[in-house]
Amino acid sequence: MNFDKEFDASGLSCPLPILKTKKALADMASGQVLKVLATDSGAIKDMQAFADQTGNTLLATEESGGKYTFYMKKK
Amino acid sequence: MTTKKMAIIATKGTLDMAYPPFILASTAAALGYEVQVFFTFYGLQLLRKDLTNVMISPLANPAMPMPVPMPVMVQMLPGMESMATMMMKQKLKKHGVASLQELRDLCLEAEVKFVACQMTVDLFEFDKSEFIDNVEYGGAATFLGFAGDTDICLFI
Repeated sequence: MNFDKEFDASGLSCPLPILKTKKALADMASGQVLKVLATDSGAIKDMQAFADQTGNTLLATEESGGKYTFYMKKK
Repeated sequence: MTTKKMAIIATKGTLDMAYPPFILASTAAALGYEVQVFFTFYGLQLLRKDLTNVMISPLANPAMPMPVPMPVMVQMLPGMESMATMMMKQKLKKHGVASLQELRDLCLEAEVKFVACQMTVDLFEFDKSEFIDNVEYGGAATFLGFAGDTDICLFI
């Protein structure tokens, strides 16, 4: 999937992946896609909850061997 | 859409109990909430510039997971509190959990408002110069003025 920016939240626990996602989105334009890498399994539900509550769109979540990749489209 | 609000009363000053207010406040702010945390009694310790003395004690804390079972008589020994705190901090770091300092900074960056209870500051004769600068001072009515209009209100 195409993305405009990415950051790695691997090794970070709740709530850092969410807080850093929020920060990363702050200087992006509407419609741009942020790719987030994480290892916190709690982030699966939390990223969706973040999207639901902020109006951003979680386009996709991928999992492979304990690594998670999220694609978040800025509203 | 009107802005959601959350108010938290932070009453505890131990390492374990310091996390929930800062985690919830920073996350709520990231979700767009307007957040206020009212620090009272031992919670005031969380406003100190230097947070290194925020500790955890295994004593009277039977639910705390320990690497080896430890009799209460041993937990009472001098230095056990420092040791437990050091071990807990190492564990937090190993698991990628933010430090209290980092979470507090993230709260401030996200414009979470910190209010210190003036009555307990006076009661404990705390020196305000030992607290961080971004603190307002108020009482129960100040807290209720904000809390009355919140969507979430927690006592921790």
